[in-house]
Amino acid sequence: MLLRTSWRLMAAAAPAALWPRAKAPTRGLRLRVVDHAPQSAAPSDAATAPEAESVLRPLYMDVQATTPLDPRVLDAMLPYLVNYYGNPHSRTHAYGWESEAAMERARQQVASLIGADPREIIFTSGATESNNIAIKELEAAIQPDSSLVSVMTVNNEIGVKQPIAEIGHICSSRKVYFHTDAAQAVGKIPLDVNNMKIDLMSISGHKIYGPKGVGAIYIRRRPRVRVEALQSGGGQERGMRSGTVPTPLVVGLGAACEVAQQEMEYDHKRISKLAERLTRKIMKSLPDVVMNGDPEHHYPGCINLSFAYVEGESLLMALKDVALSSGSACTSASLEPSYVLRAIGTDEDLAHSSIRFGIGRFTTEEEVDYTVEKCIYHVKRLREMSPLWEMVQDGIDLKSIRWTQH
Amino acid sequence: MAAAGAGRMRRATSALLLRAPRLPVRELSAPARLYHKKVVDHYENPRNVGSLDKTSKNVGTGLVGAPACGDVMKLQIQVDEKGKIVDARFKTFGCGSAIASSSLATEWVKGKTVEEALTIKNTDIAKELCLPPVKLHCSMLAEDAIKAALADFRLKQEPKKGEAEKK
Repeated sequence: MLLRTSWRLMAAAAPAALWPRAKAPTRGLRLRVVDHAPQSAAPSDAATAPEAESVLRPLYMDVQATTPLDPRVLDAMLPYLVNYYGNPHSRTHAYGWESEAAMERARQQVASLIGADPREIIFTSGATESNNIAIKELEAAIQPDSSLVSVMTVNNEIGVKQPIAEIGHICSSRKVYFHTDAAQAVGKIPLDVNNMKIDLMSISGHKIYGPKGVGAIYIRRRPRVRVEALQSGGGQERGMRSGTVPTPLVVGLGAACEVAQQEMEYDHKRISKLAERLTRKIMKSLPDVVMNGDPEHHYPGCINLSFAYVEGESLLMALKDVALSSGSACTSASLEPSYVLRAIGTDEDLAHSSIRFGIGRFTTEEEVDYTVEKCIYHVKRLREMSPLWEMVQDGIDLKSIRWTQH
Repeated sequence: MAAAGAGRMRRATSALLLRAPRLPVRELSAPARLYHKKVVDHYENPRNVGSLDKTSKNVGTGLVGAPACGDVMKLQIQVDEKGKIVDARFKTFGCGSAIASSSLATEWVKGKTVEEALTIKNTDIAKELCLPPVKLHCSMLAEDAIKAALADFRLKQEPKKGEAEKK
């Protein structure tokens, strides 16, 4: 017992000393080798090597989909992948104790980012699992009149910030549980579960420069929020989520949260500047560009623009050396345009013309300038190819035409 | 399969670490998995983008689709006195496959007579461009555009009926 406590103290003290304030992270390799040899060819290095060709990978402007691992997070994770590989639930030896210490430290890091108590954080496999646990709570509730409000903190398509604090106060005064999916918001905007009266919150690792495959759910203790476990087993994580906690992944999540806490203000300022630069340059050079989403209550790193008279997927194809995403039907498997854009009342033809630009911690000014330049060039080119643009230039009102299809 | 992957990994690593400066680096072409190179080719080297004189008697204009659906094609043909299509132009609001389908349509109608052009099927367009199943509707719209242009041309050739031109 004494040995375990002393282990915990040692492990807790160590990383703080080893972890100085990091410098700007490295860019990472952008080259990859394209193998032109057919799949069935016998794998022999000498024979097929001359056919391999090095090509540049696209610029990454899709941070809402996923983020690269921050090198500081990788540094924190590596020892737990290679050396400290114990099961954190093993109580009888040092391997278990050191993993458990790391897990608890990560829990504290996640909790401090959102102003919660570490006992209120349960590790899961991601925000999706957290959302499922939170929603299932509705079925587990005993009182017949209890209900649940679930709102996304920052929308992943248009970047709009919901008034979480106001919603939280309304819910708490009406004794209704309040859940928020904060996957895009944690570590980017200040969140405090107590000030905002949040009862349940979903957190995703790979949206905040942490590893994929891990997340967390915040479950309020006072007043107690009861949730029903989705998966049963050995009773880990206070019985709310059985299964061995993956130490390297949660260490990564904890490190990502701590880094986010340190970098939040600086990142927000830098990203706002880059976002303003991007929108200003595009809107200055191109007419008929609409920004989707409320410009005031908006997270700057997610910019959704609609380029009228140009279809989204054709613009994505044109911007082949930038990784972007679109709200157009052609890019979704179901051929339906984005439900978010439809919900905010965007005209259907503008919904087909939307592109989402994601600016993150590692986006540089050159990348933004390059993207803007290419975007302007290709939008102009596609507008020359567009019958709608031609009609508008001739003074025809598009809304007056009876189209052949609906 | 694993061995092939390992071999490729070794080559990739050695290329990056040892041979990267010497290998020629070129810009990445469109994501290979999503767009067939024929579709990309039609976008990067568009054939017959533009407009013909809509008011001319020899020009038939077909406008199909709807902005709300994300697909609008305008296809124009110019026909000589012998009934042969001598020129064609297109403009499209739509995805890469739609642009390619309409561009290919203008290539195919050139040199055909009006009757021959009616036989162009969407399945031929789709096969030529290797369109995936989810993009077949683009080729169907291209076929509709051809038919609409031909119908408009026919309408113009008919003796004056005092009927307004259909768009």
